This record gives sequence, C-alpha cells and structure tokens, in this order.
Amino acid sequence: MSALHIKKGSTSHSAYNLRPNFSDVQERHTITILVENEPGVLARVIGLFSGRGYNIDSLTVAEVDHTGHLSRITIVTTGTPQVIEQIKAQLGRIVSVHEVTDLTVAGPFVERELAIVKVVGEGDKRVEAMRLAEIFRAKVVDTTLNSFIFELTGAPDKIDAFAEMMRPLGLTKIARTGVAALLRGN
Amino acid sequence: MTREMTGAKMVVQALKDQGVDTVFGYPGGAVLPIYDEIFLQNDIRHILVRHEQGAVHAAEGYARSTGKPGVVLVTSGPGATNAVTGLTDALLDSIPLVVLTGQVPTFMIGSDAFQEADTVGITRPCTKHNWLVKDTEKLAGTLHEAFHVATAGRPGPVLIDIPKDVQFATGTYHAPKPAASHYQPPVKGDLDAITELVAALETAKRPVFYTGGGVINSGPGASQLLRELVDATGIPVTSTLMGLGAYPASGKNWLGMLGMHGLYEANMAMHDCDLMINIGARFDDRITGRLDAFSPNSIKAHIDIDPSSINKVIRVDIPIVGDVGHVLEDILKIWKSRGRKVDSESIAKWQSQITEWRDVRCLAYTASEGTIKPQYALERLEALTKGHNRYITTEVGQHQMWAAQFLGFEDPNRWMTSGGLGTMGYGTPASIGVQVAHPDALVINVAGEASWLMNMQEMGTAVQYRLPVKQFILNNERLGMVRQWQELLHGERYSHSWSEALPDFVKLAEAFGAKGICVSDPKDLDDAIMEMINYDGPVIFDCLVEKHENCFPMIPSGKAHNEMLLGEAETQGVIQSGGAVLV
Repeated sequence: MSALHIKKGSTSHSAYNLRPNFSDVQERHTITILVENEPGVLARVIGLFSGRGYNIDSLTVAEVDHTGHLSRITIVTTGTPQVIEQIKAQLGRIVSVHEVTDLTVAGPFVERELAIVKVVGEGDKRVEAMRLAEIFRAKVVDTTLNSFIFELTGAPDKIDAFAEMMRPLGLTKIARTGVAALLRGN
Repeated sequence: MTREMTGAKMVVQALKDQGVDTVFGYPGGAVLPIYDEIFLQNDIRHILVRHEQGAVHAAEGYARSTGKPGVVLVTSGPGATNAVTGLTDALLDSIPLVVLTGQVPTFMIGSDAFQEADTVGITRPCTKHNWLVKDTEKLAGTLHEAFHVATAGRPGPVLIDIPKDVQFATGTYHAPKPAASHYQPPVKGDLDAITELVAALETAKRPVFYTGGGVINSGPGASQLLRELVDATGIPVTSTLMGLGAYPASGKNWLGMLGMHGLYEANMAMHDCDLMINIGARFDDRITGRLDAFSPNSIKAHIDIDPSSINKVIRVDIPIVGDVGHVLEDILKIWKSRGRKVDSESIAKWQSQITEWRDVRCLAYTASEGTIKPQYALERLEALTKGHNRYITTEVGQHQMWAAQFLGFEDPNRWMTSGGLGTMGYGTPASIGVQVAHPDALVINVAGEASWLMNMQEMGTAVQYRLPVKQFILNNERLGMVRQWQELLHGERYSHSWSEALPDFVKLAEAFGAKGICVSDPKDLDDAIMEMINYDGPVIFDCLVEKHENCFPMIPSGKAHNEMLLGEAETQGVIQSGGAVLV
C-alpha cells in the first residue's frame, strides 16, 4: 500500500473545509417575488430563508392582482453573491412562485418604505420636531398638546435619518412597513 | 367529463385516472370515508403496512423501481407525523410520491382536536409542495395537480391534507387536464451551453463522466443515451450511490462508485481529470470531500434540471439546466454533427493511467476461513444472484457501502437505497414496495441488524401479502459505521454502538410466519444463500459476520479525493481533530 505514496496525516489545511471558495463580500439585494396568493405561501418563503440560513432585512407582502390572486413579496436580503444566487434559485423552485426578479441586478429601481413615528415633547423640542418634519416632508397624522405622529415615505435610509434626528427630540415609537420596490421605466 | 361525487370518491377516482394501481397506507379516523371507497372497488390495490413510515418507504421502493409516483394514504395527527421521515427521505433523493393525509373536519382545525396536527405546517419543509384542501370543489384539481408537481421537473414528494368533512361533502369531479398547471419546468437545455460542452469534450485529455440519480429519474431512455455517449467517446464514467445502474457495472468504461467509500480509481479519476461532466448529480459532501481540494484542475460542466443545484457548492464552468435525457440527446446530436471528435490518443493514455489505479485493487480485503467477512458474503450473494431478475434495497451503514461496492448493477431502477437522508429502517419497507411492483422478481434487502430492527414490523406486511422479500442481514452485533468512526475518530471509545440484546432472528422469522436462516461458517454460506433464493416466501437471513471489519476505501473527513485510506494499515492517526467535527 505504501507504494502508492498516499499522503498521510494532515495536509496544509487540516481542518475540514466544507465552505466553498466563493467571494465573501456581503451584498444587499432587493428581490421581488410574484406568488399565488394561497394559504401558507408566505410561510413557504420565510421557511426557505430560515431553513437555509439566509437573512431577511425587510419583507413586505400584499395581493396585487385580485382577479389572478397574485401577491407581490418584496424582500431585502444580505449575502455573498453566491448566497444571493442560491436565494433566487431556491425561491424559483417553490411551486407557488411565478416570478423572481432581483431588482438590484435588473435595476435601476424605485424603493419606498412608509413609517409612522411618535414624538413626545414640549416647548422648543416640539417646535424643532415640527420644523425637521417639514424638511423631510413628513406629514402630521395625529397630534395632542405634547405629541405628534408623523407619517413619512421614502427610501429606508431617509427613514433611518429621520428617526435619528427625532430621537433626541422625543421619539418614543416607530412603525415601519418594510420596503416596496419596482423597476424604473417599462 | 365532470360528475358530482363525494370527496372520498373523488380521491379514489383521481387515483384511477392517474393510473395508480397500488396504495400503501394505514387507516384511521380521519380517512375512514376514503377507506370506505377503497373497500367498494377493485382497481386499486391497498397494501396495509404496520407503521406509516413503512408506507412511505414502501411507496419509495415502488416509485424507484417503476419510475411511477408512489402513493400513500394515512390518517391525521400521528399518521401524518409518522410519514415525515419518509417524506424527507424522498425529498432528498428526489423520489416522486403523492401522500394523502386525513385531517380533522375544517370546523375543528385549530382547536387541538383529537389526532389533530398542523400537517401542512409540519411537512412544508419536507415536501416539494403541499396542500390543505378545505373545499370539495377544489379537491379534484388539487389531486391532479399533485401528480403533476410530484413528477414534473425534479421529482419529489407532495402531500394533500384532506379534512374529514371535505371527504364527506359532494362536489364536482373532473378528469386530469393536460397543461392545466402553471408549474412547467423547462426540460430542454441551452444549446449554446451544450455546444460549449461538446467543444470541451472534443479536446479533453482526461475527461470523466460523473453521473447521479438524475439519470435514473430522467427515465430508462436517459440511461440508454448515457451508454451510447460513453461507449462512443470512450470516456470513463463513475456514479454516485444514487446513480448506480445507469451505466452497467460490466461496461468497459465503468470506474465504479465514487465518494467517501467509493473506488480508488473513481476518486483518483475525479481528482486528476481535466474535464468533469456532472450528469444529474449534485456535488454532495459525501462526494466532494474537502471542497478546496476537489478536482482542482478540471473544467466542470453540470447538467441538472434544478437550477438551485448549480453553483450551490461547486462553481461550475458550463452550467446546463435541463432534463438529463433531453440534454444527452442534444449532446449526442451536436457531437455527431461536428464529426464525432475526441482526443483518442490522450484518452487512451488516460485509460491506461486508470488501469494502473484499478490494479491497486482497492476493494481487496483479508479473507478468513473461520468467520464470514461481510465483503465475502456480498461477493457470494452477487455471484449466486447475478443472473436473476434482481432488485436490491439496503438499509444505511457499512453494509450499504459494501453492497454498492460489491454488487454490480446492469440496469437502472434496480437499486433502492437511502442516499441523501441516510435513513436507517428504509430497506425493509422499500423491499416490500419493490416486490409489490415486481411480484416475480428476486428482491433482496441488504441490511445490517441494527438498521433492520428499525422497521422490522413490516415483516408482517410481507407475510400478509405473500411478498417473498429476502432480508439479507449482515449481523455484526454492532452499529458498524458508528463503530468504525468511533475507532478512527474518537479514540476507540465505543459509546453505545452495540446491542447486547439482539433477537434470535430465526425465531423472529418464525414468529412472523416467515423463514429464518442463520449462517456463521463461510463453508455453509453458498448453500444458505441458495436456500434463501429458492424459498418461496419471505426470508430473514441472519448472516453472522466479522464484528470489527471496517469499510474501505474511505476518504476520511477533512481529506481530498487523492488522500484515500485503502486499508487498516493506513488508519493510524490519520484523521486530525479538525475532521472529527464532521459527520
């Protein structure tokens, strides 16, 4: 047997390496999925992400075609290029999925999110909150003598920026819808 | 044709219209209306198993040996949860199954009713697709769609959960409509990519075909095309565990199985090739070993019907998404039209290198006069059953790998084994499913005693339906593969890898109403095997073998294809601590 010159013992990498030699650069992608609006379809998509260890940064879903019973799911995810490719291929494999589009690749695309933000404060802080809201084109949708609820639409980073500004001025609660997105042009 | 009928009747009618002749099942409260309809007809044969897991594995055996989808009928709650292992097994090995489960009535769903379980929720990750049908009007369409989804594209198990009130209610039945489904995976491969592959094939100096279960799943035509392509080009071919039989073991270009316990020549060819053509396999971790040392200098082409298989673990140069049969047909057509070119001179050199590797005789083992070596038992089984119309199933472990190494498969659909999931307890029920589909064939389940005990209750099924399945148990009184790993990786600490209370298998056979044969002397082995073959009925064959035999060759965890262990002498201190974390 020794005549075979089979190397014994460890090689240059003694630990088992099951990790593929793919790029480890993390990319953020916005993916839209057109699905049949049937019971459990969201669970299929979410289960795929949790079961295979993919990330969901944001997810929105609603029926967009009432006659065809089709819903559009918009998912923002982060992963290596290889993982992003797998996510799309795995989504495409789900029987209820009609179409998978990676807007980040197919792009340019429009991305919008809605947030409602409760800011509690009095005096100068209240005035400042109002002034900043105007700069961000946020609308006041509810007010009391010591609180506002602002409604704001925009790309996620605009909402992040607004929330950051409002924090010292009394931001107490924020609710965000997650991203909805479509390709530009036709 | 549309007709009014109850949901229960629709189930039976749809099965008939889909050409189903056999259902494996177990009745219970939530499927009684369907069982009533089964009672009232004679077209569909129902095989009563002893455990729902057995029903699913039997259906898998039926499906793998016929190419048709297997059908299972079980009740709600525990009936459905017992089916989960079989569903997962079928999902990982891409076996088409249609599993029907009963469910509590729609108005009781969510109330924690008796024998209620969230079956579609539990089985969502272990089916290709599943449905809960809450309206009898939608039942017929769903049943037909289920058969379509199970068999179209990459095959897999599907499940329909049918509440009891939906079975009782009346609705409109319609026959299957072709192309009614939006689910239509493409089968034709991209011609540019196929041409690129043909060009690579024409100039390759050290090419190898690496084939898998996808060739079997694509149908017997795909195996024929593979044989034609291999024989016309003279390119050597290896196969995964799942693909054995697609290319005949007696073929002159056959390298044997590859992978962790694959043949030396197959793994060396994979490591040193300059063109790897993966046909319907998926670069499973049992195949690749260490990824950063996997076939480092080859151009890799990958033919797979499932786009998610491509670039999942190994980056390939020529991806082709399509059905193996269709793609092979196009490869042959284009290759012939371009003048049937190969670099024959280089391939002849490559073949002679392979012959050198073959001469290592990697399956050699130390013979023994006093005890039966498991390899010897399989060699004798092979020699004495070769001419028969033979189907082999296996359990999981050492015996499974030895069976893959020592038995030769000349045709597809003759080898049923749990590859992806590695389900101990698969083989006995699978052998029953195979025998139901092929009543006159010689069906042998090559087993280890530990795996065999996991679903031994199905001997009752074999006896009831007079299915002459042969349970060929290589009994080492150990969990052989676990023991082997403990020896090599865990300092010979044999933690719980043996049983101190095994049954007397001959008496057990008699208790079931089957025949028991026990053999321990190599001199008696041939006669005993002949007695097993010639007995007209189910047999439990207790073959007492060497207890501490290890399965070689072996690519240890953390090693590359060219670092195989060929025998006991090479095992000392070979596996480093890093490898021990792996399965």
